[in-house]
Amino acid sequence: MSIFVNASTKIVVQGITGREGQFHTRQCVDYGTNVVAGVTPGKAGQKMDKVPVFNTVANAVAATGANCSLIFVPPPFAADAILEAVDADIELVVCITEGIPVMDMMRVKNYMANKATRLIGPNCPGIITPSECKAGIMPGVIHKPGGPIGVVSRSGTLTYEVVHQLTQKGIGQTTCIGIGGDPVNGTNFIDCLEAFQADPATKGIVMVGEIGGSAEEEAADFIVKNVKKPVIGFIAGLTAPPGRRMGHAGAIISGNSGTAQGKIEAMQQAGIHVCKDLGRLGEMAADVF
Amino acid sequence: MKIHEYQAKELFRKYNIPVPQGGIAFNTDEAEQVASNLGGYPVVVKAQIHAGGRGKGGGVKLAKSRDEVKQEAGKILGMNLVTHQTGPEGRIVKKILIEQGLNIANELYLSILPDRATAKNVIMVSEAGGMDIEAVAEQTPEKIIKVFIDPLMGIQGYHCRQAAFGLNLAKEVIRPFSVMLINLYRMFIEYDCSLLEINPLVITAEKEVIALDAKINFDSNAMYRHKDLVDLRDLDEEDPLEVEASKYNLNYINLDGNVGNMVNGAGLAMATMDIIKQAGAEPANFLDVGGGASAEMVENGFRIILSDSNVKGILINIFGGILRCDVLAEGVVQAAKKTGITVPVVVRMEGTNVEEGRKILSKSGLNLITAADLKDAAAKVAQIVKK
Repeated sequence: MSIFVNASTKIVVQGITGREGQFHTRQCVDYGTNVVAGVTPGKAGQKMDKVPVFNTVANAVAATGANCSLIFVPPPFAADAILEAVDADIELVVCITEGIPVMDMMRVKNYMANKATRLIGPNCPGIITPSECKAGIMPGVIHKPGGPIGVVSRSGTLTYEVVHQLTQKGIGQTTCIGIGGDPVNGTNFIDCLEAFQADPATKGIVMVGEIGGSAEEEAADFIVKNVKKPVIGFIAGLTAPPGRRMGHAGAIISGNSGTAQGKIEAMQQAGIHVCKDLGRLGEMAADVF
Repeated sequence: MKIHEYQAKELFRKYNIPVPQGGIAFNTDEAEQVASNLGGYPVVVKAQIHAGGRGKGGGVKLAKSRDEVKQEAGKILGMNLVTHQTGPEGRIVKKILIEQGLNIANELYLSILPDRATAKNVIMVSEAGGMDIEAVAEQTPEKIIKVFIDPLMGIQGYHCRQAAFGLNLAKEVIRPFSVMLINLYRMFIEYDCSLLEINPLVITAEKEVIALDAKINFDSNAMYRHKDLVDLRDLDEEDPLEVEASKYNLNYINLDGNVGNMVNGAGLAMATMDIIKQAGAEPANFLDVGGGASAEMVENGFRIILSDSNVKGILINIFGGILRCDVLAEGVVQAAKKTGITVPVVVRMEGTNVEEGRKILSKSGLNLITAADLKDAAAKVAQIVKK
């Protein structure tokens, strides 16, 4: 079992003929992901390798039954691409694009409030259910299929580091999700925690947060009330100076809010096993799970 | 991106948001000239730097005559202005804003910013204007009124009324206030602001609503659609190494420690800084070369770290994903050969093609210290800088 994506997920790649789109589509296909269509306006009828290209997401869905969109469209056009996928009734939209203006994402988020579509990202590595479906840019090889651990994170390479340590210890993963480093994003920690709690194959959860905002505090509160499975938490940015944007648009301490210390305390109070030393996360997981 | 108060006020004028009459001056002669054109004294002399708390630091002075303008301008221009936002090193003042004095009856606070939790824009107003708003928020949060605006709907009349009645404004002030607020919101949206703050917003004895101060930050991600803002960037206000890094799209932040570090990915970069600190040393920087860094970016990052004279050791932490470790190792070797290594470098690599990467490093003949894992890497680099 898994959450959000599995072997029957059918992917349409938006921006499939661009440099990033081509490269990562091949990586996903090589991993065994079912990529059924691509979209590049004006290039309908062409093929990217064996994948048919369409002008619009609606056309791609009608022809192939795609139910998941993976977006590699540049920032000025990314919000438009997400909205197009939403209006084509795609179930899951995964937006990899980094650098979308906040104003654009706020409009998207409010428009999506009453829609059935789930958005993961933007500015994220995507989602993977090992050996079944890789909808993202993460290296497939570091993952170990079969569970029992679910991973959710705001980061990219930091997630790879965590997953790698789990795999080194022989601990597999059900699904790993990067929810993205932007201040306004789609799926949040709570959505993933809820899904992992409901997934019978997931026996424990690793949650990787960072400075900025209050998503980790809200997640900790949710865990106290709703999550019965053991959770390991890690927060990056203990040494980050206030007021500076640490790479991710959302990673900024504003005044006294969004600090790593505050998030760690909230996690500890929620009974989460907080890992303070990233170098030891794998060992800790072996102890806890 | 940040801009100066005088630049923000020029944008305000464009949107018919009332500001005091005034002008910018780079020397005392210009300051006298601007003041004499304002039609009377007193005038206010305000240091222009990208930091708050200028008044407390002695960067804002009242001048009652032409002579006093010359005096105060002379003191402020060239001073090293230290405020709670500049840090102890302060900032040299290179320009001043000269403005007409006003008959202030009331000082209010107003700001607009995107609220990440609700994905709505929030207007915050308070009668406790002219004070440190963070302190107000902490001690008397009931004095801050928040009005949330759905970006799909935009600002409506009732939003303005909520703010105006919340501020207990006099009846005749409500209309000019509402007009100003609608213009401000329009500007906030059209320019992709990430923060717009007026502290204080004043009501004069003549019942005018005027923005006495102006602070605007812009969303860096939206700069591509605001080419007119590019000229407003003031490189004097930024760290020279950070300016250099920005030319190569590197996310670099200069810090006080002595362990330079280079990492791919922002989250892993922050975690690497943390682990350096846990090993008993202090990071000299944050540097994210990107999840998909090229050999060229690695090289530029390396050069920038080495040009910080505080750096006594470097930790390179790369998790090879799509970007393979062998490609990165080549980049590090090239960079090290071109730039010349002047301090010990600890390299920790993991992920795709890590064995090939390690071979390239060990065959390079360079004095690179390899680490088995993250913990080992941090311990080794901390040991080096302690010597």
